[in-house]
Amino acid sequence: MKAEQQYIELYREAAETITQRSCPVMNAERDAAFGVFQQQGFPTQKVERYKYTDVAAAFAPNYGLSLGQLDIQPSRYIYSFKDSPINLAPYYNKIADGADSITALNTALAHEGLLIYVPRNEHPEAPIQIDNWLRGTAATMMHRRTLILLEEGSEATIVMNDKADHPSPHFLTTQVMEIVCKANVHLDIYEIEETTPLCSRFSNVYIQEGRDSVVKHNVITLQGGLSRNLCDVYLQGENAEVTLGGCAIGSRQQHIDNNTLIQHQVPRCQSNELYKYVLDDQAVGAFAGKILVEKDAQKTTSQETNANLCASSEARMYTQPMLEIYADDVKCNHGSTVGVLDQTALFYMLQRGIPEAEARTLLKNAFMGQVIDQIQYRPLRDRLYVKVEKRFRGEHEKCEDCRLCK
Amino acid sequence: MKKKNKEDEKTPSQQDQNAFVRSVAEKKYEFGFTTDVQTEIIDKGLNEEVIRLISAKKNEPQWLLQFRLEAYRYWLTQTQPSWAHVTLPEIDYQAISYYADPTAKSKGNDKQEIDPELMKTFDKLGIPLEERMALSGMAVDAVMDSVSVKTTFKEKLSEKGIIFCSISEAVQQYPDLVRQYLGSVVPYRDNYFAALNSAVFSDGSFVYIPKNTRCPMELSTYFRINARNTGQFERTLIVCDEGSYVSYLEGCTAPMRDENQLHAAIVEIVVMDNAEVKYSTVQNWYPGDSEGRGGVLNLVTKRGHLRGVNSKLSWTQVETGSAITWKYPSCVLSGDNSQAEFYSVAVTNNHQEADTGTKMIHLGKNTRSTIISKGISAGRSQNSYRGLVRIGKNADGARNYSSCDSLLLGSQCGAHTFPYMDVHNNTATVEHEATTSKINEDQLYYCNQRGISTEEAVGLIVNGYAKDVINKLPMEFAVEAQKLLSVSLEGTVG
Amino acid sequence: MLEIKNLHARVAGKEILKGIDLTIQDGEIHAIMGTNGAGKSTLSNVIVGNPVYEVTEGSITFNGQDLLAMKTEERAHAGIFMSFQTPIEIPGVSMTNFMRAAVNARRQAQGKEPLKSTDFLKLMREKRQLVGIDQKLMNRSVNEGFSGGEKKRNEIFQMAMLEPSFCILDETDSGLDVDALRIVAEGFNKLRTAETSAMIITHYQRLLDYIKPHFVHVLIDGKIVKTEGPELAQKIENEGFDWIKAELS
Repeated sequence: MKAEQQYIELYREAAETITQRSCPVMNAERDAAFGVFQQQGFPTQKVERYKYTDVAAAFAPNYGLSLGQLDIQPSRYIYSFKDSPINLAPYYNKIADGADSITALNTALAHEGLLIYVPRNEHPEAPIQIDNWLRGTAATMMHRRTLILLEEGSEATIVMNDKADHPSPHFLTTQVMEIVCKANVHLDIYEIEETTPLCSRFSNVYIQEGRDSVVKHNVITLQGGLSRNLCDVYLQGENAEVTLGGCAIGSRQQHIDNNTLIQHQVPRCQSNELYKYVLDDQAVGAFAGKILVEKDAQKTTSQETNANLCASSEARMYTQPMLEIYADDVKCNHGSTVGVLDQTALFYMLQRGIPEAEARTLLKNAFMGQVIDQIQYRPLRDRLYVKVEKRFRGEHEKCEDCRLCK
Repeated sequence: MKKKNKEDEKTPSQQDQNAFVRSVAEKKYEFGFTTDVQTEIIDKGLNEEVIRLISAKKNEPQWLLQFRLEAYRYWLTQTQPSWAHVTLPEIDYQAISYYADPTAKSKGNDKQEIDPELMKTFDKLGIPLEERMALSGMAVDAVMDSVSVKTTFKEKLSEKGIIFCSISEAVQQYPDLVRQYLGSVVPYRDNYFAALNSAVFSDGSFVYIPKNTRCPMELSTYFRINARNTGQFERTLIVCDEGSYVSYLEGCTAPMRDENQLHAAIVEIVVMDNAEVKYSTVQNWYPGDSEGRGGVLNLVTKRGHLRGVNSKLSWTQVETGSAITWKYPSCVLSGDNSQAEFYSVAVTNNHQEADTGTKMIHLGKNTRSTIISKGISAGRSQNSYRGLVRIGKNADGARNYSSCDSLLLGSQCGAHTFPYMDVHNNTATVEHEATTSKINEDQLYYCNQRGISTEEAVGLIVNGYAKDVINKLPMEFAVEAQKLLSVSLEGTVG
Repeated sequence: MLEIKNLHARVAGKEILKGIDLTIQDGEIHAIMGTNGAGKSTLSNVIVGNPVYEVTEGSITFNGQDLLAMKTEERAHAGIFMSFQTPIEIPGVSMTNFMRAAVNARRQAQGKEPLKSTDFLKLMREKRQLVGIDQKLMNRSVNEGFSGGEKKRNEIFQMAMLEPSFCILDETDSGLDVDALRIVAEGFNKLRTAETSAMIITHYQRLLDYIKPHFVHVLIDGKIVKTEGPELAQKIENEGFDWIKAELS
């Protein structure tokens, strides 16, 4: 319990300050969550869902705790928890898996929360963009907490960017995001990570979907150090639909671990998953995706695909697509591949005189394009095509499109 | 609106199907008789004394006793694994007898003379032990409880230098070979049940195929649990030397008992340069009754080591029996260009639970593996595929293809797929695909339209579904397996 | 001039070519005929540099350059083009991006500046019209969702874009109906200059009705066993290969 100990001590020292700066709805959960963390500690690699990431090692450095205030630009849909127009108690820490150690730690240490609230039948015209910018000179950790609540019949597009100054000190972020979609909601949410090799991110996203809701969640990892993205989806209303997408580009010592669980709890829901990885240098990728179809969830359809390219001899990939099915009237498919670039296509391109490096870039780009193609929001899709291509060409260090730099 | 009765809403074919599923659930086990022979059974319980007693009864050399004792001491430090998707009951290891010898009566007299009751038993199971009556081209080692009853065609095989005998006999006659390979593929530390087996293993078969020899007949072992409250811990060791070939078959049954019977076996296979082994299993241990009472707990470690270049190993299994199956016939592909295959059909019904699959560990260059798994769940059963494909750092050009399909018959059962792929080499290609679905209504409808009853149609479709795997079995076994599949799913096939 | 001397090659450890000697002068068209498995496709793949094939003996020079020492793309830059028997689909790579990369790589090898975007698109349009290929296809990924005929026509379009000096048509006629065959062959004839040489691999006379060869070679079991004028192709069309095999034994 070495790595845990400093967090236990930190909590004992800082709990009072955190509580003062926080709000009652968060404080109400705090001690119990700390209790869970204290009892379990960090998940070891024997815990099935943490098999591929050494959590304790990531938390071992001595991080300063960031207690800064959120800089929220006034908006009709974005609030801090303190200014919430609705009672958050029925939602906060209710959808999240309280038994997950990272979630518990986040619940204990997060002092502020971000609320995105879209009232009934409203459709914000512009996408809601949230930028999380890591800057500073000392090793720091942030515990982010987000609640997204879409009332019946509403729609939203949300883009979340994780960025960091280059170069950066060690940064550690935990994020717990609870997303509640009531009946007939349409939500597109994108998370784009472009940080530095010294940044670690532990993100736990929990999505609850009501009847006829349609949710698309994409997580795009372009740059970072350790990226761990857990996403759990609970399909609780009939005809709900979810699409999870992931694009992971790893180089150097990047470690990218996506872990998903989609629970079909009621009949006639649909789930789709497409995660793709391209790994270079010594990068390590992991994907574990479980589709759980409960006993009464008849007429479920589910399609899960994980495709991976290892582009260097030292890159490693772990993949684990799982089906756990207790209903009989279902159509579930999953497929997983780890491989090399299509050698026949490569040869065809070489025969046309395209240099090998260029041919490889074109093919990698095409491989990832399949995930980007799914992005509904056109300006973002176009921007990502460019970003992905630049990433493969190694031209990505600067972020030309960011308003904070200007 | 008036709420309709659920049953009314269903189409006639669905009702037929339900009737079919119910009838499946009521199916009887055909091999559930017991044989009345005088069997020597040692007292229940497990301790070092028991292990010494087993070893002494088998007149074993000191090194083997030592091997057993080390395994036992290791086992004591371990706990029963719980990661599989089965509900393994608490096993009282002290309530089991670890040695039962149905041939005891004839011992001391002429060893060749076999109790006619035993001969009858194997006849009834369709395994004649009289060589003149035997299936053509097949040699059999028949094991009941802890002891090998008879091995046929031993002499004929020995002309080619092939050794096929019970492992107890091999320990006496070929101690060097046994000592060299025993535990070399599955060390006793491998897992909990492997440690238990290594401590108390009773009988099983030993096969050695010398260099450049093609074994002229199928070798086969038939396992039968007869005695009450005994466990069966057989141990099989197959060594196929350079440039040789052997096809080996294994079959098993047990009587119907209300209590669970424990079966914890180990199979080790060593394949040298340019050698090929085919290992086929038709497993039909007693699955328990329709309420889930009784049945065999089948906890088996099977592994082959493809040591040689260009070596080949293929596992084919048809799993229809046992209350609980925990079994992962695996391959370690060390030799460059070695090739491994795993073909499996697992049928679960009533309250059966199966967690079965394979591990393919690629270490050598240009190694190839193929996994084809077909799960069929009916009744209230749970059927899981669990597999690992690992491509080691040096396994340049390795390839794996896995396909795992599950078919669900009835709404009370479960079908699960847990594949793991670890790839540490960028020139490797690993592909996995899986589908889970219920039986295709359109196919049923098509058959119905052609005048085929739903029950018969289900049988036809299931049989077609399993065909890829059944076709891999040697002919005699394929017929047997098809029959078994139809027995497990209530005589709907053929 | 392409000069092949005593060429031996194998694939997956199996020797396919067992000593090929062949010289193709500028402006000449050579047809290669032969039974299935004789080594026709191996020969063309070895010339363009498919890494699956291993050359064990012999040499190939092209305009004095040692082809076997060159990478596949360098051979392409030198002017060698192959129309593939079964052109591969490359999902996600658009025809435009693909052609731009190929054309500019060639230009770079020749010491020329990359084409400006407008010039490139103009060139695409010209060549497209020349071979009569639909604009719609240009917006798709390379060969993806193309019919058999469209794929072959796309090969000729790429040939138009890259202006090679030596072309291999590897069973370009397979899977084409008569009209498609005529269009592809006419496209090829339009593009050909007095210096362009070609090697045409085919099973049938019908392609040779449109593209007249100067020489017809018969390849059997990895060796060229007979070389004559265009009348040989007609004889093979009528009588098959058995009579040649009989002559040999």
